[in-house]
Amino acid sequence: MFSNRLFNIFVPIISVLLGLFAGAIIMFAFGYNPIEGYQALWDGAFGNSYFFGETIRQVTPYILTGLAVAFAFRSGLFNIGAEGQVIVGWVAAVWVGSSIEAPMVIHLPLSILAAAFAGALWGFLPGLLKATKGVHEVIITIMMNYIALHVSNYLIRNVISDGGDSSDRIGDTASLASNWLMELTDYSRMHYGIIVAIIAAIIMWFILEKTSSGYEFKAVGFNPHASKYAGMNVKKNIILSMVISGAFAGLAGAMEGLGTFGYMPSHSAFTNLGFDGIAVALLGGNTAFGTVIAAFLFGILKIGALNMPTSAGVPSELVEIVIALIIFFVASSYIIRWFLLRMRKEEK
Amino acid sequence: MENYVIEMLRIRKEFPGIVANNNINLQVKQGEIHALLGENGAGKSTLMNVLFGLYQPEQGEIRVKGNAVKITDPNVANDLGIGMVHQHFMLVDTFTVTQNIILGSEPKNGVVIDTKRAEKEIVELSKKYGLDVDPKAKIRDISVGMQQRVEILKTLYRGADVLILDEPTAVLTPQEIKELMKILKSLIKEGISIILITHKLKEIMEVCDRCTVIRKGEGIGTVNVQESNPNELASLMVGREISFTTEKAPAQPTEEILKIKNLQVKDIRNAMMVKGLDLSVRAGEIVGIAGIDGNGQTELIEALTGLRKAESGKISLNGKDLTNLSPRKITESGVAHIPQDRHKFGLVLDYAIGENMVLQTYYQKPFSNMGILSFKEIYNYANRLIEEYDVRTPSPYTQAKALSGGNQQKAIIAREVDRSPDLLIAAQPTRGLDVGAIEFIHSKLIEERDNGKAVLLLSFELDEILNVSDRIAVMFDGNIVANVKPDETNEQELGLLMAGSKKQKVGDQ
Repeated sequence: MFSNRLFNIFVPIISVLLGLFAGAIIMFAFGYNPIEGYQALWDGAFGNSYFFGETIRQVTPYILTGLAVAFAFRSGLFNIGAEGQVIVGWVAAVWVGSSIEAPMVIHLPLSILAAAFAGALWGFLPGLLKATKGVHEVIITIMMNYIALHVSNYLIRNVISDGGDSSDRIGDTASLASNWLMELTDYSRMHYGIIVAIIAAIIMWFILEKTSSGYEFKAVGFNPHASKYAGMNVKKNIILSMVISGAFAGLAGAMEGLGTFGYMPSHSAFTNLGFDGIAVALLGGNTAFGTVIAAFLFGILKIGALNMPTSAGVPSELVEIVIALIIFFVASSYIIRWFLLRMRKEEK
Repeated sequence: MENYVIEMLRIRKEFPGIVANNNINLQVKQGEIHALLGENGAGKSTLMNVLFGLYQPEQGEIRVKGNAVKITDPNVANDLGIGMVHQHFMLVDTFTVTQNIILGSEPKNGVVIDTKRAEKEIVELSKKYGLDVDPKAKIRDISVGMQQRVEILKTLYRGADVLILDEPTAVLTPQEIKELMKILKSLIKEGISIILITHKLKEIMEVCDRCTVIRKGEGIGTVNVQESNPNELASLMVGREISFTTEKAPAQPTEEILKIKNLQVKDIRNAMMVKGLDLSVRAGEIVGIAGIDGNGQTELIEALTGLRKAESGKISLNGKDLTNLSPRKITESGVAHIPQDRHKFGLVLDYAIGENMVLQTYYQKPFSNMGILSFKEIYNYANRLIEEYDVRTPSPYTQAKALSGGNQQKAIIAREVDRSPDLLIAAQPTRGLDVGAIEFIHSKLIEERDNGKAVLLLSFELDEILNVSDRIAVMFDGNIVANVKPDETNEQELGLLMAGSKKQKVGDQ
């Protein structure tokens, strides 16, 4: 009926549709009109240029955290630490963006690179511990998330500002924000970061599919024993993969710091960008292209949801439920796969 | 009319793109051992999975004890008295023998599992069939042969009277094989019927009554083993004449390639497994390491290839010290390695077969330029190897895991031999393969030898050691205990040496 490749595309699409359908049933059960609800969701994401701009803004960090998780996944690692890497990336970008003065051609790239570097460092430590001591990366990255959260709050209150609850504002020369894009989108917070995100996706695709390093990363992910047999340095690959993964997540922090906000507020809780990245990567099948698509879906749901309470009276918590259902159906894609295979069998 | 316990008539089973079984008939008589013979990938396992209810046939009829049945899943097969012992055991390591056997059909006393009763039943069963297992032992503590008997007991406990054994001897030592054969004979005396999936002709000749041959998914026919001979069976299976003794000219060994001095290697549990071993392999000879599994062979090979650190001692190749270098350095120095476990070490199963062909060379020109892979070069190269070494794959883009075991092994051999190494280490290169593939692999090893390369062959099959080696080093308890010439020894003597008895007459070094 269809090839394996098509099959792999089919499963997430069906998962999303099932999630939306289940969400509709829940809306219906609680006495809301699902058609109106989804109409409001759609309008909230695409209804006018402001909403559209906001959607793109939200999609930008999702792409990057999704890439971070997906990249690690491809070499057999589960990077739950994207969250912490986002936070340290954000701090580093804002720090460099606010504390030095330089022309834009230097200042902006430098701030972005600082974020990538900070994220990379935050990925390096768990990678190092995993490779040399065999400590599971999930445990370390979770702990690194908390360290990032509290260290960043300390830095914001005591170093990058004068005791305030948010950091100093970055200089204009370090900003990704664009008047042109803002005017175009009716003064949304859309910024040039989407270009950075798309470039990052292309880089990931290129590394994994076209380079000998990518060949190693994937080989280590599929079969570390055979990789060792083949003479690959498994430890080096684990560390490097976590470093690259962390750099992607750090970039997501730069998007927030240099694009959306222009500063960093102290956080009492996680941003969730990194955790949502796990779902984005999962939905996107851990490929660069799939991650971009999945990030768009997540951004649309997140931003569109804001419109649901006002225009259809559906509480935004319900949208959280719909998102959770979609993830549930993706995670249980085994069942969908089994069902499709069965259909394929019977058709013959 | 014959009294058939199992009849599979005109079975046809298709998978996307291939017909795995076409028009196959299999009729098993009550109380016989019926061999199912065929090359790797011929469709034996598919046919048995149809019988066991794991697959549904597209066409054909199955009759059990004369009644037409539809076996929709393994539970149905169990109810019909069909039991299957898989090649890879399905046992819980940390459970006892009894717990494993009763798993899924536990005898209950109220809500509590009646272990006592189960143990008693198991002891009775194992006595009745001469299986001799300790019901209280944990699976991880017993030998592979014993584990297999547990698997057999598991099916008997569920009341099976037709046993399917999938390549049961592939994992056993020669002694364990002998015991298994004895057990099979006692089982049929008790009225059990057995289907033995195998491609080992010796075993068929020894214990089987009749033999059904499958070739490339087609049923070739059924023969009475008494009226047949290994040559006929082999040619039925492969479709051409097969020679059993490997043709080769006498070895012309020249300079020393590999030299191991006083090597000591520990295993994962920190136990010394290789205890001060000396060995040398010269160019133009095949040295076979004979021994019972677990005497340090694995550790020796891993130390030679850089997968495991040596504690002390020296390994040198062409006079160059290789001790404890990385696998990559060792590979680049001219060592190729056909690993014992091809799924764990030899292949990245999720990679295309073409990608697997460059597993050690992907970073070198022309496959990679400044870190960018050239898939054109990679697949050109893969296509050449696939053709030269007759690797049967739908395309070089097919995932390695989709290939049959024999073709996976051919791909590994193609990759290793084509690098033209000074030393070729072949660890159990023909494990689980059929005679056609074995013949091919042996001839490749000998070809390498004739090209002036050094070959180190590790095998648990004495036939293979005797046939292919120019010199046999017997390994026991972490040391080489004897060096013998294949034409001056026999299986008997080797078996004794492998078991650790001192050599009487001194062979030449």
